[in-house]
Amino acid sequence: MDLQIIWFFIWGLLWAVFFMTDGFDFGIGTLMPFMGKNDNEKRIMINAMGPLWDGNEVWLIGAGGVTFAAFPILYATMFSSFYSALLLILFALILRGVAIEFRHHIDSSAWRQLWDACIFIGSVTPAVLFGVAFANIFKGIPIDANGIYHGNLYSLLNFYGLLGGLLFLLLFLEHGALWLAIRTEGDLHERTSKMANGLWWILLTVALIFLIASKYETNLYDNYYEKPVLFILVLVNLAAFLQIKYFLMQKKYLTAWFSSSLAIVCCTFFGLIGLFPTVFPSSIDPAYSLTAFNSSSSPLTLKIMLGVAIVFVPIIIAYQTWAYNLFRDKVTEKTLSSEQAY
Amino acid sequence: MDVVLLSRLQFAAATMFHFLFVPLTLGLSVLVAYMETQYVRTGDKVWLSMTKFWGKLFLINFALGIVTGITLEFQFGTNWSRYSAYVGDIFGSLLAIEATTSFFLESTLIGVWIFGWKKLSAKAHAAVMWLIAAAGNLSAIWILLANGWMQHPVGFDIRNGRAELSDFTAVLTNLFGWLEFFHVVSGAFVLGSFFVMGISAYHLLKKNNVDFFTRSFRIALVFGLASSIVVGLVGDFHGAHVAEVQPEKMAAMESHWETTANAPFYLFVVPDEKNERNFIELGKIDGFLSLLAFKDVNAEVRGLKDFPKDERPPVLITFLAFRIMVALGTLFILLTAAGWFLRNNLTDNPLFLKIMMFSIPLPYIANLVGWIVAEVGRQPWIVYGLMKTSDAASPISVSQVSISLAAFILIYGLLGAVGFYLIGKHAVKGPETDLVAGNI
Repeated sequence: MDLQIIWFFIWGLLWAVFFMTDGFDFGIGTLMPFMGKNDNEKRIMINAMGPLWDGNEVWLIGAGGVTFAAFPILYATMFSSFYSALLLILFALILRGVAIEFRHHIDSSAWRQLWDACIFIGSVTPAVLFGVAFANIFKGIPIDANGIYHGNLYSLLNFYGLLGGLLFLLLFLEHGALWLAIRTEGDLHERTSKMANGLWWILLTVALIFLIASKYETNLYDNYYEKPVLFILVLVNLAAFLQIKYFLMQKKYLTAWFSSSLAIVCCTFFGLIGLFPTVFPSSIDPAYSLTAFNSSSSPLTLKIMLGVAIVFVPIIIAYQTWAYNLFRDKVTEKTLSSEQAY
Repeated sequence: MDVVLLSRLQFAAATMFHFLFVPLTLGLSVLVAYMETQYVRTGDKVWLSMTKFWGKLFLINFALGIVTGITLEFQFGTNWSRYSAYVGDIFGSLLAIEATTSFFLESTLIGVWIFGWKKLSAKAHAAVMWLIAAAGNLSAIWILLANGWMQHPVGFDIRNGRAELSDFTAVLTNLFGWLEFFHVVSGAFVLGSFFVMGISAYHLLKKNNVDFFTRSFRIALVFGLASSIVVGLVGDFHGAHVAEVQPEKMAAMESHWETTANAPFYLFVVPDEKNERNFIELGKIDGFLSLLAFKDVNAEVRGLKDFPKDERPPVLITFLAFRIMVALGTLFILLTAAGWFLRNNLTDNPLFLKIMMFSIPLPYIANLVGWIVAEVGRQPWIVYGLMKTSDAASPISVSQVSISLAAFILIYGLLGAVGFYLIGKHAVKGPETDLVAGNI
């Protein structure tokens, strides 16, 4: 198989894993002002992701780094085209990161409210804008023969783009609510699992609308019609959505969360497989589109990077799994009173 | 203002702000790991409270370092897309390797360290801190090999209209990158130790927790003395290598205009860039510049006039930054050497403690001006001899970059102020008293 094809899938996988891991952090940050009734509950919510969010966020650096290394032309075109959107995301991530660390250093409610607001903004902004950005990629971007973007931040906020933003936000909210249901107990656990149950209906509706809208707004289905076997992915995706509800009803929250993870990964790949081999389609002329083949690095770089990925990605997954396992127990009031809490 | 200038300002703001936090992360992580190891070895609770006190300052600083680092990776794409497309084959892969081999480890383990006190054995917990310190310093290797490649590009062919990798070993063994690495990391260690010594000095002056802060001061002193000497030695090698491969930068660092053999060094110089000479040159030492640059008093040192005007770096900034860096570097060796003689009666020397307390900002300045020498001194090239900075910017609008630059300054300014306020607040407050009393 061509190196470029392998890298297309590794590239997609890194983004998918980023959405899968940091996604629940975004969800929790967005839910926090609505579900945390008092400071203790808010602290429980923060501590539910506290030991993990930093490691989760690095998948973004990994995805960005792989874009740079494996597809430098894509990296250059994509990030300069999405200049304003990406910087908004980055500022949001900065706010979230420092807010989580700063929040607990001064015991004053105004101080905590300030950083709570930053955690909310820092979570909802990336959740929506990543969805907007990816939906626009699915739809096609006004780039010319030289990869110059003819649009602005507002042209990304079209119907399909916003629908993508809404879908991502809901995916992450569901994912976050499930994570909270796993790691909390008592009243907060009851409310977060109820939230996951309620959100599920909205999520499923929006996901179906997105699937239908994709038929009219994008060419994603062309690949699927050409090789109908690919529709299995869509079926798996739908099955994953249904499993979330099924396991929720059985009160198997961890399994429900895994189903939600699978749904997020499938949603990402639904778009990417529809795009293949294109990575950044031009809406001006398909001839200007960036593909895995015309935007990639040299074969030598791709080979070296593949070696690095084969060795290190399993190691990363191993120690991250270890860290997740280390912090698998429930966050309680008792946890908060110990030193090991924000 | 054009996009290139605005993007340069934005990148300078973002990197320099990032580099207010990185050196402390590198230096302090090693010190905290050492303290925790001492705790594991001796079981002495003072070591534990030292680990927690300095660890808390480390974590506030770490949070700012990590979030500001994330924007850097993406700015190559947002603001320097032509650069990224041209050299991504090599430069991008070094950044990606950095993320895969070290940034993941550091970020994953920091959560484990903060929350894992009771979930891990004492030994394992200390090992996590060593891994964090190692991952941070390993990051520095990859980042500085990437920067070293921009300074002295090797191992590539120009194919398909871009620089394509032809020899990865050459990129990995690029002497420029390694000299930068040792210089930057030892400079970071100096900063970390001055930070610890300065804060300890403050408390020793007030006679707070004397045992706790004497120990902290002494560890940092040993670390700082060794690092100050290493940073100077490596700096000397590094300067000689710059003279060899970036003669314009060397000439700008010394404001040296005419190509001469047995080139003199002046103790005091005021450059006059417009008229291609120096206003004032005082304290001439014959042959010393040749000696510094080429280890030979009779060697020829090329002057700025030897290079086309449009390929010369800005002389005044490079020159001043270099002089400040060298002066501070010398001061660090003197201060830590003085500390070595006073180490057994620190509290009897309030003047020395005061000097150390007020010296905290100096390594920060030294680290930043060091980067100014490296980066401004490379101009007008973004990749030395290969691509000019003016050809590297993204095809984006002036308004986009103006707005983002304003946002960077505003957000970074506010967060930096809060971050340093919190560090200062915890530093002044000192360790938790119950920890010092040993009743945990």
